[in-house]
Amino acid sequence: MDRLTFATVWLGGCSGCHMSFLDLDEWLVDLADMVEVVYSPIVDRKEYPENVAVCLIEGAVANEDNLEQVKLIRARTRLLVSFGDCAVTGNVTAMRNPLRTAEPVLQRAYLDTANLRPRIPQARGIVPPLLDQVLPVHEVVPVDSFLPGCPPPADRIRTLLQDVIAGKGSLLSGENIRFG
Amino acid sequence: MPVRTLTIDGKPVSAVEGQTVLDAAQDAGITIPTLCHLDGVSDVGACRLCLVEVTGVSRLLPACVTKVTEGMEVRTESERLKRYRRMILELLFAERNHVCAVCVSNGRCELQNLAVAQGMDHVRFAYRFPPYEVDITHRMFGMDHNRCVLCSRCVRVCWFIEGAATKNVAGRGAGARIITDLSQPWGKSETCTSCGKCVQACPTGAKFHKGSTVAEMERDRSRLEFIVTAREKKQWIV
Repeated sequence: MDRLTFATVWLGGCSGCHMSFLDLDEWLVDLADMVEVVYSPIVDRKEYPENVAVCLIEGAVANEDNLEQVKLIRARTRLLVSFGDCAVTGNVTAMRNPLRTAEPVLQRAYLDTANLRPRIPQARGIVPPLLDQVLPVHEVVPVDSFLPGCPPPADRIRTLLQDVIAGKGSLLSGENIRFG
Repeated sequence: MPVRTLTIDGKPVSAVEGQTVLDAAQDAGITIPTLCHLDGVSDVGACRLCLVEVTGVSRLLPACVTKVTEGMEVRTESERLKRYRRMILELLFAERNHVCAVCVSNGRCELQNLAVAQGMDHVRFAYRFPPYEVDITHRMFGMDHNRCVLCSRCVRVCWFIEGAATKNVAGRGAGARIITDLSQPWGKSETCTSCGKCVQACPTGAKFHKGSTVAEMERDRSRLEFIVTAREKKQWIV
């Protein structure tokens, strides 16, 4: 049997969801027999490939790079999973949204609190500009499945992946959809 | 006390005239989801989560403020109700800033529990991200308007159990907010008795004990139950 092509992506999030993914511990060994990891922050591959069967997408859409990437990922992925609360709701990444623009956040982080050469980093093509409003993934592209939690517990990730691999669908229910 | 006979989800139920559909259902062991309802204070039908179908009535009725009638046929579960309940929850989540992961009530929140029970795995409406403040001027308690669902439980316990009438609702629609006295900082209130009933009544993380951090806000509803039982049944819970 061909292994499913599998990817994980890290957008505007803290990487806690990926840490939780690593908490799958020895089941990762079993998973490696069932899927082929074609793209991930823990895989050395620069460009998101074509024809990905399943992609877990961590983080909200917070900057121009995220925005571009999420559209590419959607176009090249069959089953797109919003992985964790930032992807599903915006969560902590979106807590700056009531300020309406990115400017006050940059001001606070790089000017008000800096004591050595305060300046806002600007390098086109290297540092992606922040979007004024952080968006959950499904507000940008259609999402097939939601895996909430901050982070989603390893068991929850496993439940979803097992269902997907077994062809039992990709929708979680009960305690497995609890936010936070 | 005249008795009324009705059916709830096909089950024959007898109720006392004047009882609400919600009361009758609870007595019969049938669960209807609620959010603004709180045992012991008057119901206002604010949250609409307890909507039920009644044969012969085309619109949905809130069970907490609908009185039982003879021969009434009530349904508490249907595809339509499921759809509406989930939509109501999604609108509540989209209306303010409910960031469960960093909320004092994470894991103990009635809104969060309802979302789990009603199968809400994401919110289909665009989040509004309104700018709201946190009032921590009171010596013991805080009010985070970001987490408020405007259920008005705090207002009702303040008026009808404590009798202080400190809390109120100002404004209309999504612009409504809970205020203290004449919209003053809580800590400046001359009427607040600092009894904490509003904090015990709150279903979300909107009202909290100062000093509680993420997921630490434990509420003790028995403090409310104690007074309500004393008042309604003239019994003191020991």
